[in-house]
Amino acid sequence: MNMSVGWVFFYLLVFPGFLFTSVVGLLYTWVDRKVTARIQFRVGPPLLQPFYDFFKLLGKDTFVPEGAPRSIFLGAPLIGLASVSVLSTVLLVSNLFPGQAFAGDLIVVLYLFAFVPIVLILGASSSSNPISALGASREMSLYLAYELPLLFALATIIVKSGGLLKIGDLLQWQWTNHPFLYSASGALAFVSAFLCMQAKLGFVPFDIAEAEQEIMGGITLEYSGPVLAVLKLTKAMLYFTVSIFLTVFFWGGFRSPREGWYHILGWLKPLAIIVLIILIKNTNPRLRIDQALRFFWSIVLVLSIAGFILATVGL
Amino acid sequence: MLKKLKKAALARSLWIYHVAASPCNNCDIEILDLLTPRFDVERFGLLLAASPRHADLLLVTGMVNKKVLDRVLRVYAQIPKPCVVAAVGSCAISGDLFVDSYNFAGPLDKHIPVDVYIGGCPPKPEAMILGVMRAIEKLKKLKDL
Ligand code: SF4
Repeated sequence: MNMSVGWVFFYLLVFPGFLFTSVVGLLYTWVDRKVTARIQFRVGPPLLQPFYDFFKLLGKDTFVPEGAPRSIFLGAPLIGLASVSVLSTVLLVSNLFPGQAFAGDLIVVLYLFAFVPIVLILGASSSSNPISALGASREMSLYLAYELPLLFALATIIVKSGGLLKIGDLLQWQWTNHPFLYSASGALAFVSAFLCMQAKLGFVPFDIAEAEQEIMGGITLEYSGPVLAVLKLTKAMLYFTVSIFLTVFFWGGFRSPREGWYHILGWLKPLAIIVLIILIKNTNPRLRIDQALRFFWSIVLVLSIAGFILATVGL
Repeated sequence: MLKKLKKAALARSLWIYHVAASPCNNCDIEILDLLTPRFDVERFGLLLAASPRHADLLLVTGMVNKKVLDRVLRVYAQIPKPCVVAAVGSCAISGDLFVDSYNFAGPLDKHIPVDVYIGGCPPKPEAMILGVMRAIEKLKKLKDL
Protein backbone atom coordinates (compact mmCIF):
# COMPACT_ATOMS: atom_id res chain seq x y z
CA MET A 1 0.00 0.00 0.00
CA ASN A 2 1.80 3.03 -1.31
CA MET A 3 -0.43 6.02 -0.95
CA SER A 4 0.81 9.47 -1.73
CA VAL A 5 -0.02 12.24 0.68
CA GLY A 6 -2.35 13.79 -1.87
CA TRP A 7 -4.49 10.68 -2.01
CA VAL A 8 -4.67 10.53 1.75
CA PHE A 9 -6.01 14.07 1.83
CA PHE A 10 -8.42 13.30 -0.96
CA TYR A 11 -9.71 10.27 0.96
CA LEU A 12 -10.01 12.26 4.15
CA LEU A 13 -11.60 15.43 2.85
CA VAL A 14 -13.57 14.54 -0.26
CA PHE A 15 -14.35 10.91 -0.88
CA PRO A 16 -15.16 8.90 1.19
CA GLY A 17 -14.26 11.18 4.05
CA PHE A 18 -15.60 14.51 5.15
CA LEU A 19 -17.55 15.81 2.13
CA PHE A 20 -19.17 12.55 1.05
CA THR A 21 -20.04 11.52 4.58
CA SER A 22 -21.53 14.87 5.49
CA VAL A 23 -23.72 15.03 2.40
CA VAL A 24 -24.94 11.46 2.83
CA GLY A 25 -25.31 11.98 6.58
CA LEU A 26 -27.49 15.04 6.08
CA LEU A 27 -29.60 13.09 3.60
CA TYR A 28 -29.90 10.37 6.24
CA THR A 29 -31.33 12.88 8.69
CA TRP A 30 -33.85 13.77 6.02
CA VAL A 31 -34.78 10.10 5.67
CA ASP A 32 -35.11 10.00 9.44
CA ARG A 33 -37.41 12.99 9.61
CA LYS A 34 -39.44 11.92 6.60
CA VAL A 35 -40.01 8.37 7.80
CA THR A 36 -40.87 9.69 11.26
CA ALA A 37 -43.37 12.06 9.69
CA ARG A 38 -44.92 9.31 7.60
CA ILE A 39 -45.26 7.08 10.66
CA GLN A 40 -47.17 9.91 12.32
CA PHE A 41 -49.30 10.49 9.18
CA ARG A 42 -47.64 13.82 8.47
CA VAL A 43 -46.13 15.10 5.24
CA GLY A 44 -42.66 15.84 6.57
CA PRO A 45 -39.91 18.22 5.49
CA PRO A 46 -38.61 18.69 1.93
CA LEU A 47 -35.52 16.84 0.73
CA LEU A 48 -33.12 19.72 1.21
CA GLN A 49 -34.33 20.59 4.70
CA PRO A 50 -31.18 19.42 6.57
CA PHE A 51 -29.07 21.56 4.23
CA TYR A 52 -31.24 24.62 4.88
CA ASP A 53 -30.90 24.00 8.60
CA PHE A 54 -27.16 23.68 8.32
CA PHE A 55 -26.63 26.85 6.27
CA LYS A 56 -29.05 28.78 8.42
CA LEU A 57 -27.09 27.89 11.52
CA LEU A 58 -23.85 28.93 9.82
CA GLY A 59 -25.30 32.41 9.35
CA LYS A 60 -26.30 33.02 12.92
CA ASP A 61 -24.57 34.49 15.95
CA THR A 62 -22.72 32.34 18.44
CA PHE A 63 -22.81 32.87 22.17
CA VAL A 64 -20.08 31.74 24.48
CA PRO A 65 -21.58 31.62 27.95
CA GLU A 66 -19.98 33.68 30.66
CA GLY A 67 -17.44 31.63 32.60
CA ALA A 68 -16.94 29.00 29.91
CA PRO A 69 -13.38 28.44 28.67
CA ARG A 70 -13.57 29.59 25.05
CA SER A 71 -11.08 27.16 23.61
CA ILE A 72 -12.65 24.01 25.08
CA PHE A 73 -16.22 25.10 24.55
CA LEU A 74 -15.71 25.98 20.90
CA GLY A 75 -12.96 23.46 20.17
CA ALA A 76 -14.69 20.33 21.40
CA PRO A 77 -17.24 20.11 18.56
CA LEU A 78 -14.47 20.57 15.99
CA ILE A 79 -12.53 17.65 17.43
CA GLY A 80 -15.71 15.60 17.25
CA LEU A 81 -16.19 16.50 13.61
CA ALA A 82 -12.60 15.62 12.77
CA SER A 83 -12.77 12.26 14.51
CA VAL A 84 -16.00 11.28 12.79
CA SER A 85 -14.48 12.19 9.42
CA VAL A 86 -11.47 9.98 10.06
CA LEU A 87 -13.73 7.23 11.35
CA SER A 88 -15.91 7.19 8.26
CA THR A 89 -12.85 7.31 6.02
CA VAL A 90 -11.30 4.29 7.70
CA LEU A 91 -14.52 2.29 7.55
CA LEU A 92 -15.40 3.15 3.97
CA VAL A 93 -11.90 2.82 2.55
CA SER A 94 -11.46 -0.58 4.15
CA ASN A 95 -14.62 -1.75 2.42
CA LEU A 96 -14.06 -0.09 -0.95
CA PHE A 97 -10.40 -1.06 -1.20
CA PRO A 98 -9.92 -3.96 1.24
CA GLY A 99 -6.22 -4.16 0.42
CA GLN A 100 -5.46 -0.77 1.94
CA ALA A 101 -6.42 -1.59 5.51
CA PHE A 102 -3.69 -1.26 8.11
CA ALA A 103 -3.04 -3.61 11.01
CA GLY A 104 -5.21 -2.92 14.01
CA ASP A 105 -7.59 -0.52 12.32
CA LEU A 106 -10.36 -2.18 14.29
CA ILE A 107 -8.87 -0.77 17.48
CA VAL A 108 -8.57 2.66 15.89
CA VAL A 109 -12.23 2.54 14.91
CA LEU A 110 -13.19 1.68 18.47
CA TYR A 111 -11.22 4.61 19.87
CA LEU A 112 -12.60 7.03 17.32
CA PHE A 113 -16.11 5.92 18.20
CA ALA A 114 -15.34 6.66 21.83
CA PHE A 115 -14.26 10.18 20.89
CA VAL A 116 -17.72 11.47 20.08
CA PRO A 117 -19.32 11.07 23.52
CA ILE A 118 -16.10 12.27 25.17
CA VAL A 119 -16.12 15.44 23.11
CA LEU A 120 -19.79 16.04 23.87
CA ILE A 121 -19.16 15.56 27.57
CA LEU A 122 -16.22 17.95 27.43
CA GLY A 123 -18.14 20.66 25.62
CA ALA A 124 -21.23 20.37 27.77
CA SER A 125 -19.43 20.36 31.08
CA SER A 126 -17.32 23.35 30.08
CA SER A 127 -20.41 25.41 29.27
CA SER A 128 -20.93 26.42 32.93
CA ASN A 129 -24.61 25.62 32.68
CA PRO A 130 -25.91 23.24 35.36
CA ILE A 131 -28.46 21.68 33.03
CA SER A 132 -25.81 21.01 30.41
CA ALA A 133 -23.68 19.47 33.13
CA LEU A 134 -26.59 17.21 34.00
CA GLY A 135 -26.75 16.17 30.36
CA ALA A 136 -23.01 15.53 30.38
CA SER A 137 -23.23 13.30 33.45
CA ARG A 138 -26.03 11.32 31.84
CA GLU A 139 -24.04 10.95 28.64
CA MET A 140 -21.16 9.64 30.72
CA SER A 141 -23.28 7.03 32.49
CA LEU A 142 -24.78 5.99 29.20
CA TYR A 143 -21.33 5.63 27.68
CA LEU A 144 -20.24 3.40 30.55
CA ALA A 145 -23.41 1.39 30.09
CA TYR A 146 -23.08 0.54 26.40
CA GLU A 147 -19.32 0.32 25.99
CA LEU A 148 -18.90 -3.13 27.56
CA PRO A 149 -21.58 -4.94 25.50
CA LEU A 150 -20.16 -3.29 22.38
CA LEU A 151 -16.69 -4.63 23.16
CA PHE A 152 -18.09 -8.11 23.72
CA ALA A 153 -19.96 -7.93 20.43
CA LEU A 154 -16.75 -7.08 18.59
CA ALA A 155 -14.82 -9.71 20.50
CA THR A 156 -17.41 -12.21 19.33
CA ILE A 157 -16.73 -11.63 15.67
CA ILE A 158 -12.99 -11.57 16.24
CA VAL A 159 -13.13 -14.96 17.94
CA LYS A 160 -15.48 -16.27 15.28
CA SER A 161 -13.09 -15.29 12.52
CA GLY A 162 -10.14 -16.83 14.35
CA GLY A 163 -8.47 -13.70 15.66
CA LEU A 164 -8.49 -11.28 12.74
CA LEU A 165 -7.91 -7.65 13.71
CA LYS A 166 -7.99 -5.97 10.31
CA ILE A 167 -11.30 -4.77 8.95
CA GLY A 168 -10.24 -5.86 5.48
CA ASP A 169 -9.49 -9.38 6.70
CA LEU A 170 -12.78 -9.56 8.58
CA LEU A 171 -14.57 -8.62 5.38
CA GLN A 172 -12.58 -11.19 3.42
CA TRP A 173 -13.59 -13.83 5.95
CA GLN A 174 -17.24 -12.88 5.57
CA TRP A 175 -16.98 -13.03 1.79
CA THR A 176 -15.39 -16.48 1.74
CA ASN A 177 -17.60 -17.94 4.48
CA HIS A 178 -20.77 -16.07 5.36
CA PRO A 179 -21.66 -12.72 6.98
CA PHE A 180 -21.43 -12.95 10.76
CA LEU A 181 -25.08 -12.00 11.02
CA TYR A 182 -26.10 -15.38 9.61
CA SER A 183 -24.67 -17.40 12.50
CA ALA A 184 -26.11 -17.74 16.00
CA SER A 185 -23.27 -15.97 17.77
CA GLY A 186 -23.02 -13.27 15.13
CA ALA A 187 -26.74 -12.56 15.29
CA LEU A 188 -26.56 -12.10 19.06
CA ALA A 189 -23.55 -9.83 18.66
CA PHE A 190 -25.36 -7.84 15.99
CA VAL A 191 -28.41 -7.29 18.16
CA SER A 192 -26.35 -6.06 21.08
CA ALA A 193 -24.11 -3.87 18.91
CA PHE A 194 -27.21 -2.45 17.26
CA LEU A 195 -28.71 -1.44 20.59
CA CYS A 196 -25.38 0.06 21.68
CA MET A 197 -25.28 2.11 18.50
CA GLN A 198 -28.79 3.38 19.11
CA ALA A 199 -27.53 4.67 22.43
CA LYS A 200 -24.36 6.02 20.87
CA LEU A 201 -26.44 8.09 18.48
CA GLY A 202 -28.51 9.35 21.38
CA PHE A 203 -31.82 8.29 19.86
CA VAL A 204 -35.02 7.42 21.64
CA PRO A 205 -35.28 5.37 23.86
CA PHE A 206 -31.74 6.38 24.86
CA ASP A 207 -31.87 10.13 24.24
CA ILE A 208 -31.60 10.69 27.96
CA ALA A 209 -28.67 13.08 27.66
CA GLU A 210 -30.58 15.39 25.33
CA ALA A 211 -34.14 14.93 26.60
CA GLU A 212 -35.58 18.06 25.02
CA GLN A 213 -38.75 18.23 27.08
CA GLU A 214 -36.90 17.61 30.30
CA ILE A 215 -33.46 19.22 30.24
CA MET A 216 -33.84 21.40 27.13
CA GLY A 217 -31.39 19.63 24.88
CA GLY A 218 -28.91 18.90 27.70
CA ILE A 219 -25.49 18.60 26.11
CA THR A 220 -26.33 20.88 23.17
CA LEU A 221 -28.23 23.41 25.27
CA GLU A 222 -25.63 26.19 25.28
CA TYR A 223 -24.50 25.86 21.69
CA SER A 224 -25.76 28.23 19.04
CA GLY A 225 -25.02 29.31 15.49
CA PRO A 226 -22.11 27.78 13.56
CA VAL A 227 -20.93 25.66 16.49
CA LEU A 228 -24.36 24.11 16.74
CA ALA A 229 -24.16 23.51 13.00
CA VAL A 230 -20.92 21.61 13.55
CA LEU A 231 -22.55 19.53 16.28
CA LYS A 232 -25.54 18.73 14.08
CA LEU A 233 -23.25 17.81 11.22
CA THR A 234 -21.24 15.53 13.49
CA LYS A 235 -24.44 13.81 14.55
CA ALA A 236 -25.51 13.38 10.93
CA MET A 237 -22.14 11.96 9.92
CA LEU A 238 -22.17 9.65 12.89
CA TYR A 239 -25.58 8.43 11.77
CA PHE A 240 -24.19 7.38 8.41
CA THR A 241 -21.02 5.96 9.95
CA VAL A 242 -22.95 3.80 12.39
CA SER A 243 -24.94 2.20 9.60
CA ILE A 244 -21.71 1.52 7.71
CA PHE A 245 -20.11 0.13 10.86
CA LEU A 246 -22.92 -2.37 11.38
CA THR A 247 -22.94 -3.48 7.74
CA VAL A 248 -19.18 -3.84 7.52
CA PHE A 249 -18.73 -5.80 10.73
CA PHE A 250 -21.82 -7.97 10.75
CA TRP A 251 -23.44 -8.00 7.34
CA GLY A 252 -20.56 -8.52 4.97
CA GLY A 253 -20.09 -4.89 3.94
CA PHE A 254 -21.97 -2.82 1.43
CA ARG A 255 -19.69 -3.78 -1.40
CA SER A 256 -18.61 -7.34 -2.07
CA PRO A 257 -16.40 -8.81 -4.79
CA ARG A 258 -19.44 -10.43 -6.36
CA GLU A 259 -20.58 -8.42 -9.36
CA GLY A 260 -23.98 -7.65 -10.77
CA TRP A 261 -27.16 -6.70 -8.94
CA TYR A 262 -25.75 -7.76 -5.65
CA HIS A 263 -23.44 -4.82 -5.94
CA ILE A 264 -26.20 -2.24 -5.95
CA LEU A 265 -28.28 -4.09 -3.39
CA GLY A 266 -25.32 -3.88 -1.04
CA TRP A 267 -25.77 -0.12 -0.72
CA LEU A 268 -29.30 -0.73 0.52
CA LYS A 269 -28.04 -2.56 3.60
CA PRO A 270 -27.08 0.60 5.54
CA LEU A 271 -30.43 2.09 4.55
CA ALA A 272 -32.25 -0.96 5.89
CA ILE A 273 -30.36 -0.59 9.14
CA ILE A 274 -31.32 3.03 9.61
CA VAL A 275 -34.95 2.31 8.84
CA LEU A 276 -34.81 -0.24 11.65
CA ILE A 277 -33.24 2.41 13.90
CA ILE A 278 -36.00 4.88 13.01
CA LEU A 279 -38.71 2.33 13.69
CA ILE A 280 -37.30 1.60 17.15
CA LYS A 281 -36.96 5.32 17.72
CA ASN A 282 -40.59 5.98 16.92
CA THR A 283 -42.19 3.15 18.83
CA ASN A 284 -40.50 3.54 22.19
CA PRO A 285 -40.71 6.03 25.04
CA ARG A 286 -37.59 7.53 26.58
CA LEU A 287 -36.04 5.51 29.40
CA ARG A 288 -34.74 6.98 32.63
CA ILE A 289 -30.98 6.85 33.05
CA ASP A 290 -31.16 4.11 35.70
CA GLN A 291 -33.46 2.04 33.50
CA ALA A 292 -31.04 2.41 30.59
CA LEU A 293 -28.12 1.34 32.78
CA ARG A 294 -30.01 -1.70 34.00
CA PHE A 295 -31.08 -2.55 30.45
CA PHE A 296 -27.54 -2.49 29.11
CA TRP A 297 -25.88 -4.17 32.02
CA SER A 298 -28.38 -6.97 32.36
CA ILE A 299 -30.12 -7.80 29.10
CA VAL A 300 -27.71 -6.51 26.47
CA LEU A 301 -24.59 -7.58 28.32
CA VAL A 302 -25.97 -11.09 28.82
CA LEU A 303 -26.89 -11.25 25.14
CA SER A 304 -23.44 -10.23 24.01
CA ILE A 305 -21.67 -12.57 26.44
CA ALA A 306 -23.91 -15.40 25.27
CA GLY A 307 -22.86 -14.59 21.72
CA PHE A 308 -19.22 -14.59 22.78
CA ILE A 309 -19.53 -18.00 24.42
CA LEU A 310 -21.29 -19.41 21.37
CA ALA A 311 -18.46 -18.07 19.21
CA THR A 312 -15.83 -19.80 21.33
CA VAL A 313 -17.61 -23.11 20.76
CA GLY A 314 -17.69 -22.32 17.10
CA LEU A 315 -21.40 -21.72 16.49
CA MET B 1 -24.41 35.78 -2.81
CA LEU B 2 -23.54 34.52 0.63
CA LYS B 3 -26.11 36.86 2.15
CA LYS B 4 -28.72 35.51 -0.24
CA LEU B 5 -27.96 31.92 0.72
CA LYS B 6 -28.12 32.85 4.36
CA LYS B 7 -31.47 34.55 3.94
CA ALA B 8 -32.94 31.76 1.83
CA ALA B 9 -31.83 29.17 4.36
CA LEU B 10 -33.20 31.15 7.28
CA ALA B 11 -36.56 31.61 5.60
CA ARG B 12 -36.86 27.86 5.09
CA SER B 13 -35.81 26.72 8.50
CA LEU B 14 -37.28 28.72 11.34
CA TRP B 15 -36.96 26.94 14.66
CA ILE B 16 -39.57 27.96 17.15
CA TYR B 17 -39.09 28.85 20.77
CA HIS B 18 -42.26 29.59 22.55
CA VAL B 19 -42.57 31.76 25.63
CA ALA B 20 -45.70 31.61 27.70
CA ALA B 21 -45.84 35.08 29.23
CA SER B 22 -48.82 34.53 31.52
CA PRO B 23 -51.35 33.38 28.93
CA CYS B 24 -54.56 31.58 29.76
CA ASN B 25 -52.81 28.59 28.13
CA ASN B 26 -55.22 28.39 25.27
CA CYS B 27 -52.88 30.03 22.78
CA ASP B 28 -50.14 27.56 23.74
CA ILE B 29 -52.37 24.61 23.05
CA GLU B 30 -53.18 26.06 19.65
CA ILE B 31 -49.46 26.43 18.96
CA LEU B 32 -48.96 22.74 19.70
CA ASP B 33 -51.72 22.04 17.18
CA LEU B 34 -49.36 23.28 14.50
CA LEU B 35 -47.20 20.20 14.89
CA THR B 36 -50.03 17.69 14.63
CA PRO B 37 -50.64 15.68 11.46
CA ARG B 38 -53.47 17.98 10.42
CA PHE B 39 -51.33 21.10 10.12
CA ASP B 40 -47.75 19.75 10.19
CA VAL B 41 -45.64 22.90 9.92
CA GLU B 42 -42.51 20.75 9.56
CA ARG B 43 -43.45 20.91 5.87
CA PHE B 44 -42.10 24.46 5.92
CA GLY B 45 -39.07 23.55 7.99
CA LEU B 46 -40.50 24.78 11.27
CA LEU B 47 -39.42 22.83 14.33
CA LEU B 48 -39.82 23.30 18.06
CA ALA B 49 -36.43 24.14 19.51
CA ALA B 50 -35.44 22.94 22.95
CA SER B 51 -33.48 25.99 24.02
CA PRO B 52 -33.70 29.68 23.08
CA ARG B 53 -30.13 29.45 21.79
CA HIS B 54 -31.28 27.18 18.97
CA ALA B 55 -34.28 29.29 18.01
CA ASP B 56 -35.00 31.72 15.17
CA LEU B 57 -38.67 32.42 15.74
CA LEU B 58 -39.89 33.58 19.13
CA LEU B 59 -43.58 33.10 19.77
CA VAL B 60 -44.86 35.07 22.75
CA THR B 61 -48.32 34.29 24.07
CA GLY B 62 -50.28 35.93 26.84
CA MET B 63 -50.41 39.36 28.36
CA VAL B 64 -46.92 40.30 29.47
CA ASN B 65 -47.14 41.16 33.17
CA LYS B 66 -44.60 42.93 35.31
CA LYS B 67 -43.16 39.77 36.80
CA VAL B 68 -42.69 37.88 33.56
CA LEU B 69 -41.42 40.87 31.57
CA ASP B 70 -37.86 40.42 32.82
CA ARG B 71 -37.88 36.77 31.62
CA VAL B 72 -39.25 37.69 28.22
CA LEU B 73 -36.49 40.26 27.77
CA ARG B 74 -33.88 37.72 28.85
CA VAL B 75 -35.12 35.04 26.50
CA TYR B 76 -35.16 37.58 23.67
CA ALA B 77 -31.58 38.53 24.44
CA GLN B 78 -30.55 34.88 24.40
CA ILE B 79 -31.79 34.18 20.90
CA PRO B 80 -28.96 34.42 18.38
CA LYS B 81 -29.73 37.11 15.82
CA PRO B 82 -31.12 37.32 13.17
CA CYS B 83 -34.45 36.25 14.58
CA VAL B 84 -38.16 36.88 14.14
CA VAL B 85 -40.62 37.69 16.91
CA ALA B 86 -44.33 36.98 16.69
CA ALA B 87 -46.96 38.15 19.13
CA VAL B 88 -49.56 35.38 19.30
CA GLY B 89 -53.05 36.12 20.50
CA SER B 90 -54.85 39.30 21.43
CA CYS B 91 -53.24 39.26 24.86
CA ALA B 92 -49.71 39.73 23.57
CA ILE B 93 -50.81 42.26 20.97
CA SER B 94 -52.93 44.50 23.14
CA GLY B 95 -53.67 43.00 26.52
CA ASP B 96 -57.11 41.79 25.47
CA LEU B 97 -59.46 41.72 28.43
CA PHE B 98 -56.63 42.26 30.88
CA VAL B 99 -55.79 45.82 29.78
CA ASP B 100 -56.97 47.25 33.06
CA SER B 101 -55.11 44.75 35.18
CA TYR B 102 -52.84 46.21 37.87
CA ASN B 103 -49.82 44.20 36.73
CA PHE B 104 -50.17 44.54 32.97
CA ALA B 105 -46.82 45.71 31.63
CA GLY B 106 -48.06 46.98 28.30
CA PRO B 107 -48.31 45.29 24.91
CA LEU B 108 -45.38 43.17 23.80
CA ASP B 109 -44.16 45.58 21.10
CA LYS B 110 -43.53 48.17 23.77
CA HIS B 111 -40.66 46.02 25.04
CA ILE B 112 -39.19 44.05 22.14
CA PRO B 113 -39.46 44.57 18.37
CA VAL B 114 -42.33 42.47 17.03
CA ASP B 115 -42.35 41.38 13.38
CA VAL B 116 -45.73 39.71 13.00
CA TYR B 117 -48.98 40.01 14.88
CA ILE B 118 -51.26 37.02 14.94
CA GLY B 119 -54.63 38.09 16.25
CA GLY B 120 -57.37 35.99 17.79
CA CYS B 121 -58.36 34.68 21.17
CA PRO B 122 -56.93 32.14 20.59
CA PRO B 123 -55.82 32.45 16.95
CA LYS B 124 -56.73 29.47 14.80
CA PRO B 125 -53.78 27.33 13.66
CA GLU B 126 -54.51 28.46 10.11
CA ALA B 127 -54.06 32.05 11.23
CA MET B 128 -50.74 31.14 12.82
CA ILE B 129 -49.52 29.47 9.66
CA LEU B 130 -50.51 32.61 7.77
CA GLY B 131 -48.61 34.70 10.30
CA VAL B 132 -45.51 32.58 9.92
CA MET B 133 -45.75 32.84 6.15
CA ARG B 134 -45.92 36.62 6.55
CA ALA B 135 -42.81 36.49 8.69
CA ILE B 136 -41.03 34.47 6.02
CA GLU B 137 -42.05 36.95 3.33
CA LYS B 138 -40.85 39.79 5.49
CA LEU B 139 -37.52 38.05 5.97
CA LYS B 140 -37.13 37.62 2.23
CA LYS B 141 -37.74 41.31 1.64
CA LEU B 142 -35.16 42.48 4.13
CA LYS B 143 -32.09 44.03 2.50
CA ASP B 144 -29.56 42.66 4.92
CA LEU B 145 -29.84 40.64 8.07
S1 SF4 C 1 -55.30 35.70 23.57
FE1 SF4 C 1 -57.06 34.66 24.46
S2 SF4 C 1 -56.54 32.50 24.29
FE2 SF4 C 1 -54.67 33.63 24.01
S3 SF4 C 1 -53.74 33.75 26.04
FE3 SF4 C 1 -54.98 35.59 25.78
S4 SF4 C 1 -56.94 35.09 26.66
FE4 SF4 C 1 -55.89 33.17 26.31
